[in-house]
Amino acid sequence: MHPLRKQRLQLVLLILTATTVVVGLVLYLLRENGNYFYTPTQIVSGEAPQDVFLRAGGMVVDGSVVRADDSLWVQFKLTDGIDELTVEYTGIVPDLFTEGQAAIASGTVDQQQVLQATQILAKHDENYTPPEVADAMNQAHERKKADKARQAAEADAK
Amino acid sequence: MNWQWFHRLGSPRWFYQTTERWLPWLYLAALTILSVGLTWGLAFAPEDAKQGNSFRIIYIHVPASFLALAGYYIMASAGAIGLIWKMKLSYMVMKAAAPIGAALTFVALVTGAIWGKPTWGAYWVWDARITSMLILLFLYLGVIALQYAYQSVDAASKAGAILALVGTVNIPIIYKSVDWWYTLHQPATIKLTSAPSMHPDMFQPLLVMILGFYIFYALALIVGTRSEILRRERKTGWVRELAAAEVRS
Repeated sequence: MHPLRKQRLQLVLLILTATTVVVGLVLYLLRENGNYFYTPTQIVSGEAPQDVFLRAGGMVVDGSVVRADDSLWVQFKLTDGIDELTVEYTGIVPDLFTEGQAAIASGTVDQQQVLQATQILAKHDENYTPPEVADAMNQAHERKKADKARQAAEADAK
Repeated sequence: MNWQWFHRLGSPRWFYQTTERWLPWLYLAALTILSVGLTWGLAFAPEDAKQGNSFRIIYIHVPASFLALAGYYIMASAGAIGLIWKMKLSYMVMKAAAPIGAALTFVALVTGAIWGKPTWGAYWVWDARITSMLILLFLYLGVIALQYAYQSVDAASKAGAILALVGTVNIPIIYKSVDWWYTLHQPATIKLTSAPSMHPDMFQPLLVMILGFYIFYALALIVGTRSEILRRERKTGWVRELAAAEVRS
């Protein structure tokens, strides 16, 4: 390669390395600030700031959704598998908001460690399955659960 | 090493004449593959168990995002080749790539917003994926703006190439944002190292659409570069001859 071109190639590589290093350092400093939400554990343990607007994300605990009969009030628990956080919200929740699915609640945590949410977003995963396949998978899962329960019952009887 | 072949590749006239023969095939391939993929994806692929039919926007959203990212590397590489070898054709490719990439980024953002409303419950959120994608749109717009900010073509090309190179750092950030931070956007469905987390009946049309978008991108880039060649080489003998022949016919 011509020495002049080689010099210019080195300049191009220098631009690339310098920007990568600078941006890398900035991202390293920002780290947690790049997160869109806190996990229930971070909030319960006090790692998340108190009395300020924040977002909490996690799975909606099975059987935890309580709805009011006469209003749009809804209460549910979010979990990250370790800790649980109670969320209260008045309004319409997204279609994909169901138990066992991920959701993100925005609002402030009050004295009772309850997140008073002003917005609920449903977070969907990266899996896509046709309804029939999903049904078949659910049935197989149920059958496995029933088998296990029967085996346990038999073991108890003995 | 002999770099002669590389310099011959950089002749605008050679590029213009060679790609002339490719164009009809590229038009045909893009049209066929995109219509097959769209029909397959929108009409024949099964609906999603959770999202229903609204997931079908993936057949536009994902290919557009793919090419918005890949197109940025193409633009930046063309800029780097222009800077190092002072190759005029390379700068023309870079200039042609910027508006195509900007349009694809815009499509990715708009389809994402339309998809977000029924599934997440919001058109727009400031999570890491969506924000970094918006920065990509601004980078593309910046490269376009720099092309028109200078009187001298050479200065405009150099400035555009440097901005394009600096912006490449954003591409891996966009790609990895869903893994590095907690985002509302879900992680990647198509992974380099493992099988896609999507049923084959839904995944096959998506692959067809991605292929179709690649061919469409190549076509748009070639057409854009050709018109830029004519604009910049309008004073040369071969372009004058071409224009004269056009007038005669």
